[in-house]
Amino acid sequence: MATREMICIVCPVGCHLSVDEKTLEVTGNRCPRGEKYGKKELTNPTRMLTSTVKTNAKIQRRISIKTSDEIPKGKIFAIMDVLNDIEAKVPVKAGDVLLKNVLDTGVDIIATTSLEH
Amino acid sequence: MMYDIIIIGGGAAGLSAAKEAYDPALKILVIEREARLGGILRQCIHNGFGIHKFNLELTGPEYAEKTAEAIEDLDIDVLLKTTVTDIIKFKTFDLTVMNETDGEFHVEAKSVIIASGCYEKTRSQILLPGDRPAGILTAGSAQRYLNLDGYMVGKKVFILGSGDIGLIMARRMTLEGAEVLGVAELMPYSNGLTRNIAQCLDDYDIPLYLSHTITDIIGKERLEKIVIQEVDPHFTPIEGTEKTFEVDTLLLSVGLVPDIQMFESLKFAISPITKGAIVDQHLQTSVEGLFACGNALHVHDLVDWVSEESERAGQYAKAYVTGTLHAHEAKDVIPGDHVRYVLPQKLDFSGQDESTRFSLRSTIKADKGTFKIMQGDTLIMHKKMRHIAPAEMEHLIVPKDKWVSDEPVTISLEVS
Repeated sequence: MATREMICIVCPVGCHLSVDEKTLEVTGNRCPRGEKYGKKELTNPTRMLTSTVKTNAKIQRRISIKTSDEIPKGKIFAIMDVLNDIEAKVPVKAGDVLLKNVLDTGVDIIATTSLEH
Repeated sequence: MMYDIIIIGGGAAGLSAAKEAYDPALKILVIEREARLGGILRQCIHNGFGIHKFNLELTGPEYAEKTAEAIEDLDIDVLLKTTVTDIIKFKTFDLTVMNETDGEFHVEAKSVIIASGCYEKTRSQILLPGDRPAGILTAGSAQRYLNLDGYMVGKKVFILGSGDIGLIMARRMTLEGAEVLGVAELMPYSNGLTRNIAQCLDDYDIPLYLSHTITDIIGKERLEKIVIQEVDPHFTPIEGTEKTFEVDTLLLSVGLVPDIQMFESLKFAISPITKGAIVDQHLQTSVEGLFACGNALHVHDLVDWVSEESERAGQYAKAYVTGTLHAHEAKDVIPGDHVRYVLPQKLDFSGQDESTRFSLRSTIKADKGTFKIMQGDTLIMHKKMRHIAPAEMEHLIVPKDKWVSDEPVTISLEVS
């Protein structure tokens, strides 16, 4: 039976998981979150994305952003392209939504730095 | 200008210290060289900060803002874009500082907290062989250029060192369109968190070459090629294992060192292992009134512990200037078997009126082990722990009534 080997990224312990590709049975996990992660990795792997976008602020040329939730792993580079077209105009506060529902994922792009000027 | 407490550094450590040192009756100053408070966290845009401290998974800038907000409404002076160039002590501390608006001037304080963070080892500190072209820089510098200034430092990248910053930058450069050809690590294991290997390297098919180092660098103006080689258990390169990579950029993630050279004139005792100050349980150095915390004291793996330690440094500095903390002779805390270092390195038993918090690192990786705290032949405390690794700092708290004498303390790790 084919299995996929992976490292769980849910917490810093980093369990080595084996997931059966057919039955999706997870072994090697030390907690239930690992089982959920292992199953998801084979069915719909998702990640948080952090990056930066342009800003017209005076003290720095880029402003940090994050996705409001995890996004499908396969859409990471497509979303990176979308970020190139966003400019955060000051004043901006950490938590401000810079773009709603990026590429119809239901996930927003959120500023993680506050810049007044 | 005379202050009660001056805090050098406005990052996580300095801000946490300032918050706890605050008292309406005290004059406190924070000196920060950047245009904004927050320190290195401002460029650490990835998430995973604050799980212990705030019970939230924050990005670096969010953690920095949360920490800065805590002192916003307090009557604490802050000097931004200001650098300390010299510091001496007679009765009080005299700091020479400099900035664009006022030039060079002096500020004085009864107590100083060193919260100046750490710096990255550079090429010259690890004696990399070969040519010296442009395109070789530390991972943290590349991170700053990219995340704050908006510059890509290269298109084809190799990374030496598998510490967390190196792994994070491997992913970050890939996301921004660079091709990261690999990460080489001298040790047979990575110094980074396992989950960063998974989410930064495995996710993007970036190979990790364990037990490898760089043995040649080729390039005239700009970096053109690097050669890596496998090393034997004595770290000697093995002939015939050479691999060449055509890259324009080499990022170094080969270790962090407390940034305290500026304070050398104060001649406080420095640990040869942590490269930071030797402190007692009050985080006071061998110079009375001089405290140290955060990465300027010893390099932490989590900012949460930087905040915790620095809050205590702030409390003790306040106790010192208000006359409730006095320095006495202190006994050694000795790292025993499988323990690389322990902080604090000194215990002052006469001032031992509260529990003692030790931070330590092991020399080995172990699934399970027991930390033992001894005074002579007496076992003071033991604690079983799982997933012990040199890259992960451990903490032990000893209640004040546990000590049996004022003899030196040894902390060791027993692995079955």
